[in-house]
Amino acid sequence: MRTFDYIRPASLPEAVAAGQQPDTAYLAAGTNLVDLMKGGVATPARIVDITRLPGLSAIERLPDGGTRVGALVRNSDLAYDAAFAETYPMVAEALLAGASAQLRNAATVGGNLMQRTRCPYFTDAVSPCNKREPGAGCAALGHATRIHAVQGWSEHCIATHPSDFCVPLVALDAVVEIAGPDGERTVPLTAFHHLPGDHPERETALRPGELITALRLPPEAAAFQGNARYLKVRDRTSYAFAVVSAAAALTLDGGTIGRARLAFGGLALKPWRVEEAEAALVGHAPSPEAYAKAAALALDGARPTGEANAFKIELARRVAVRALTLAAAGTPARIPALPASPFGIV
Amino acid sequence: MTATSMPASNLPAGSVRHGSSIGQPLTRRDGPLKVTGQARFSADNLPPGTLHAALCVARIARGRVTGLDVAAAGAHPGVVAVMTPENAPTLAKDPDAKDGPFIFRLDLLQNDKVRYANQPIAVVIAETLEAATEGARLLAPTYAAETPRIGLDAGEVFTPDSVGVGAPPAESDGDVEAGLAAASKTIAATYETPAQYHNAMEPHAAVAAWDGDRLTLHMPTQGLAISQGRLAGLFGIKPTDIHIESPYLGGGFGSKGVPAGPQVLACMAARLVGRPVKLVPTRSQMYGPMGHRGPTRQTLRLGSDAAGKLTALDHHILTASSSFDDFFEPAGRATSTLYASPAIAIRHEAVRLDTGTPLFMRAPGEATGSVALESALDEMAHELGLDPLDFRLANYAEVEPITGKPFSSKALRECYRRGAEAFGWAGRPLQPRQTRDKDGFLVGTGMGTATFPALIFEGMARAEIRADGTGTVELGAIDMGQGAWTALAQIAADGLGIGLEALTFRMGSSDLPNAGIAGGSGHTATAGNAIHAAAQDAIGQLAALATNDPASPLYGAGNAGVTAAGGRLTRRDDPSRSESFSDILTRAGRARIEGKGKAGADPAAQKSYAMHAHGAVFAEVKVDPDLGQIRVSRLVGAFAAGRVINPRLVQSQYYGGMIWGLSFALHERAEMDPRTGRFLNDNLAEYHVPVNADIPPMEAILVHEDDAVVNALGVKGVGEIGITGTVGAIANAVWHATGVRVRDMPITLDKLLG
Amino acid sequence: MTIPLRLTLNGQTRAIALEDPRITLLDLLRERLGLTGAKKGCDRGQCGACTVLVDGRRINACLTLAASLDGAEVLTIEGLAEGDRLHPVQAAFIAHDGFQCGFCTPGQIMSAVGLIREGHAGTDPERIREGMSGNLCRCGAYAGILEAVRDAAGQTEHREDAA
Repeated sequence: MRTFDYIRPASLPEAVAAGQQPDTAYLAAGTNLVDLMKGGVATPARIVDITRLPGLSAIERLPDGGTRVGALVRNSDLAYDAAFAETYPMVAEALLAGASAQLRNAATVGGNLMQRTRCPYFTDAVSPCNKREPGAGCAALGHATRIHAVQGWSEHCIATHPSDFCVPLVALDAVVEIAGPDGERTVPLTAFHHLPGDHPERETALRPGELITALRLPPEAAAFQGNARYLKVRDRTSYAFAVVSAAAALTLDGGTIGRARLAFGGLALKPWRVEEAEAALVGHAPSPEAYAKAAALALDGARPTGEANAFKIELARRVAVRALTLAAAGTPARIPALPASPFGIV
Repeated sequence: MTATSMPASNLPAGSVRHGSSIGQPLTRRDGPLKVTGQARFSADNLPPGTLHAALCVARIARGRVTGLDVAAAGAHPGVVAVMTPENAPTLAKDPDAKDGPFIFRLDLLQNDKVRYANQPIAVVIAETLEAATEGARLLAPTYAAETPRIGLDAGEVFTPDSVGVGAPPAESDGDVEAGLAAASKTIAATYETPAQYHNAMEPHAAVAAWDGDRLTLHMPTQGLAISQGRLAGLFGIKPTDIHIESPYLGGGFGSKGVPAGPQVLACMAARLVGRPVKLVPTRSQMYGPMGHRGPTRQTLRLGSDAAGKLTALDHHILTASSSFDDFFEPAGRATSTLYASPAIAIRHEAVRLDTGTPLFMRAPGEATGSVALESALDEMAHELGLDPLDFRLANYAEVEPITGKPFSSKALRECYRRGAEAFGWAGRPLQPRQTRDKDGFLVGTGMGTATFPALIFEGMARAEIRADGTGTVELGAIDMGQGAWTALAQIAADGLGIGLEALTFRMGSSDLPNAGIAGGSGHTATAGNAIHAAAQDAIGQLAALATNDPASPLYGAGNAGVTAAGGRLTRRDDPSRSESFSDILTRAGRARIEGKGKAGADPAAQKSYAMHAHGAVFAEVKVDPDLGQIRVSRLVGAFAAGRVINPRLVQSQYYGGMIWGLSFALHERAEMDPRTGRFLNDNLAEYHVPVNADIPPMEAILVHEDDAVVNALGVKGVGEIGITGTVGAIANAVWHATGVRVRDMPITLDKLLG
Repeated sequence: MTIPLRLTLNGQTRAIALEDPRITLLDLLRERLGLTGAKKGCDRGQCGACTVLVDGRRINACLTLAASLDGAEVLTIEGLAEGDRLHPVQAAFIAHDGFQCGFCTPGQIMSAVGLIREGHAGTDPERIREGMSGNLCRCGAYAGILEAVRDAAGQTEHREDAA
C-alpha cells in the first residue's frame, strides 16, 4: 500500500476542505477502498477519514414522506432499522443479500454507492484497463467472463457495477446529496453512476473533492412497500456477488398494476433500469405474460460480451419474471432467512 | 507450556474417560487452545528482531523478468533489503535437481526465468510488514513475455512415465474392445474437471532464524522430516541442524506436504539479512507456487450386458503438469479398484502448461476420477433402466479388479445398505425431472461409491513409562485438523495402559522421532502404529521386569501373559494378580523405561491383499427450474474404514470430505486468461469454496469394519474418502432433478438454464 | 508521522502511537500487540478469519485502518473467556467439534458472538447458516459450527428468558 497522509477532520466543512487537494480519497469504513489500496488499484496520497464525522449517521423520515439516510449509516443498521425495512423492504433485502455480516456492519451507505467494479482486469492492477489508465485499452474485451456486462457497455469497458443496494435504490428514484467546495447539490441516483461510453474512468457524477452526505428516498418510494422484492441469483448461496439480480416493486390497484419499478444488477456498469418495461406493466393484471413482456423490453438491446456471459440475457429475463411474481405475491412479513435468494424461505 | 507439549491439565472438563481411550468420542485435546486464540500457528511467531518479508511475484506466465526497480523499493522507508537473483544467497544445490523422492522443483530466485503466473521473482525485507509489502509493489517488474500454454488443448500430448506418486500411467486387464463389442449397451462420455487450488485457510507462512549454520523454522508442514531433508539439501547443512516447529497446521490438504518455494525464500531472506524473517504469502500468491489439483479431461467407455453386468470399462485421462516438473493427477485410480468388469483399461496422458506444478490435493486421483466414473455408472444405469444402486451392486468387486487380490476387508455392501436406508433411497423414480417440492423446486437424488486406499508410511515413535505411574509418548506427528493431538494420544494412552490424565503427549516438532508424512489418509495408521509399537516395547520391558522378579505377583507370567491397563500390569489368566507400574519400577530401582517403535507397510500383506476404505454417498439437490440455482438439500454418507479411534473426529473428517465433494461439484474452478496465463479469480471472493449457507443437513454413518490385515491397529484412513463418492452423487442428483447431464465441473447455474 | 490512538482493547484502555497510517487493525493486533488470535486468511475481507468486535459489532479487522478506530472498543478472541471460564460459544465449539484445524476458529467464534448479540437469527438453523456465511472454513466443519452456534444461542435465549 502506498504511503499516504492521514487526515481526520472534525466537521463536514473541514472534511470538504481537506478533500480539495488532488490525489485525496475519503475513507468511510474502507471495506472497498482499503481492499483496492492493498491491491495497488487505488493509490491515494491523502486519506481524509470521515468515519467518525458527526451528523452523517441519521435515518430520518422527512415531512414530505420521504426518507433521508446519512452517508455514514452502516449497511446493517439501515437494513435492520424496523421503520426503514418496513417502508422499503426490497432495499433492506438487497442490503442483507450483499457481502457478509461483517462487511455489512462496517460498510456505509455512501461507500456502497462508491464501490468499484470487480472486473478482474481492473482489480489486478496490471492488465490494460481504461478505468485505471485512460487509453490503455480493455483487457476484458476478448475474454469476457460471467461477471461482465451485457447492457450498456462500450468497446472501452465491459465492467459491471457490483452493488446490490443500488439496484432497488435506482428503482425507487433515490437521490444522492452531495457536499463540495461549491456547496451542496443533489443528483438522481439514476444519473450518479456513468455508463462507460468513451470515458470509463469517469465513474460517477461526483466532482473532485465532493463528498456524499446522504441518500434521499422520495415520498413515492414508500408506495411500494406491500409489493417489493429483491432477487439475487448467485453461484454460492451467500457471500457472493450477483450473477444477475433484480429489484421489482409494484402497486396494485384492485386487479391491476398501478405503478411498477424494475431494475437489474449484474448487467451493466450501473444498476439497469428500463422505464419502458415498467410502463408496459401499468394497467395490466399481474400475470406471467405481463411480466414476460416487461422482461423482454428490459433486455431489449442486450448484447453479450463473450460466450461466457451470453446466458445472462435469458437469465435476466427469468429473474425479472420471478422478481415481479414475488413482488406481486406481496412483501413477506419478515425478510427471508436467505435474503433475496431463490431459496429464501419466507 | 510449550506449543508441542500438551499436558493432561488442558483437557476440557468431562472429556477424560478412564479405561480404554480408543473408540471414545473425546473432544479435541487442543480445543481449549484453539477456541481461545492461544494455539500458536506458524505466522503467530515473532522472535525478537524479526524482519518482515513480502514476495514480488510474476504477472506473466512465461518469459523473463527484464527489470526490477530495486532502487525504488530500496528507497522506501523501512526497507532493509531486496533479494533478487542478483544477490540471493547461493544454494548448495540447484533447486531444479530431482535427486530424491518427494522433491519438487522450486523457484528460488536462481535466474530471470518466469515459468508460471505468481511465481516469486523477488523478496523485499523490511522493518515492518507495511514497508515490505509496498517495497514489493514498487519493484514494478518489466518482462519479456512469451505466449503461455494454458488449457488442456494448449500442449502436446504425451504419456508420462508415472502418475501420482510413482503409479503406472496405464493399467489393464482383459480386452476392452472385445468387451465393448459384446455389450448390449455401450456409452461413451467425456468429463472435465478444472484446476483447483487447496486454499488452506492458513497461508504457507515461514518464520526463519539462523544461528550460524543452524536454522530454526516455524513453518506449517505435513512432513517434518521431508521438509528437513529438502531444506538441508538446499542449504548444504545437516537435517539435524534444522529445527522445525509445526504444532498446528491451518489446513494442508496436500499443499503443505513438501516445503513451498516461498517458505524456502524466507530462509534465504533470513540468511541474507542476518536476522529472523517472517514471510507470509498473500492469498493470491498461493495460486502458483503451492501446487494445485491438475485439470482433467476424462473419457469413459462402458459396455454392459442386458442384465447390467459390465463387459468393459475403459477410462482415458488427459491431465496436465507444469512445463518444468512432474505431477500427474492419477485420475484412473478409482477405476482400478471399484467395479468388477472382465475388461478394464486405464490410460493417462498429459500436456505441459505454463502453470505452477500440480500437487496432491485431498484425494488426488480418486476425487477427479470418481466424478467421471460415478457419473458414467449413473448414465449407464439409466440406459439400462436400472436403479443406480442396483447397477453398482450387480458389478460389486469381490476381489480387486485388475490385480485379482482379495480385499483385506470391504464392508461396502453394508455401506450401501445403511446409507440407502438412512437416506430413503428406495422407491426413487428412475427417470429424471419427476419430482418437485412444495415450493416448486426440482428435486433429484443421486449416489456415488466412495473409495480410498488404506496407506501406511514409515514412522517412528518413542514411549516412556515413569516410576510415578505417568508416561510420555512423542513423535513428529502433525495435526492439520484431522485430530492427531487427540486420536494419537488415545492410542498412546491405551498402548501404555494409562489414562490420558497421566500421559504427556508431544508432537509437531522435528526434534521428535520421524513420524512420516501426514498425507494419503495414512497418518493415523502410520503414527498410530508407531506409537502402538513403541508402547508395546515399553510395556514389554516393564513386563519383563515384573515377570522375572520373584517379588512380583506377576512372576512367571511371561511377557505375553500380562496386559497393561489403568497403570497396572495384570495377568491374563488371573485378573486378581496385578501390580502397578510404579511398584514394578520402584522395586527395580528404575526411574523410567523407554520404548521405541516403528510402523511401515507390511510387504507380504501388500502383496497378498488389496487394502482400501469404502463408502456410499447419497445426495439430494434442489434446483430452481427457471433460474438454475442449485442447493444441496441433504447428504448422507456411510463409510467403512477399519477401526475407529475417535468417532467424533472421524465423523468430522467425513463431513469435511463430503463438503469438499460439494465444493468440487458446484463451486471450485480456477480461471485463467489464456492470453496471459494470469488468474482471473486468485482470491476467495471469486474462487468459490462453500460457505455455511451452502451446507445441508448431513449424516455420516460409521460402518463397523474389522481388519486384521491392514495394520496392527486395524486402522484405515478417513480424511479423503468423503470427497470421492460425493462429487458423483451430487452430479447424478442434479441430472436426476433436471434431466441435464453436466459433464464439466463445477455444475453452475448457467449450465442448467436450457 | 505518528498517529495517536486510544483503544479499549479487551477491556483495557490502551494509548498507542501508530507509526504508520497504513496499519490495519489486524496487523496492529498481530504484529505489534502480540494478539495473534485473530488470523489472516486472505487480508481482503473474503474469509472472516480476522473477525473481531469493534464497539460490539463483528467486522473484518483486515480491512479496517487502525487509525480510524480512535476511541473504539475492540474485543478479540483473547478477551472473550473470563479467566479460565470459557465463553459459552467457545465451550460449544469444543462440544460440537465446530472446528478441525482451528485456524478460522477465532474468527468463527467472534462472528458467532456478534451474531448472537445482533439477535436476528435466534436458533433458526437457516438464519444461523446465513449469518455465519462470512466465515469460511476450508476443513468443512460447518455442521459442527452450526450446532455450536445454535447451542450457544439457545443458552443465551434461555438465560434471557430466565431474567
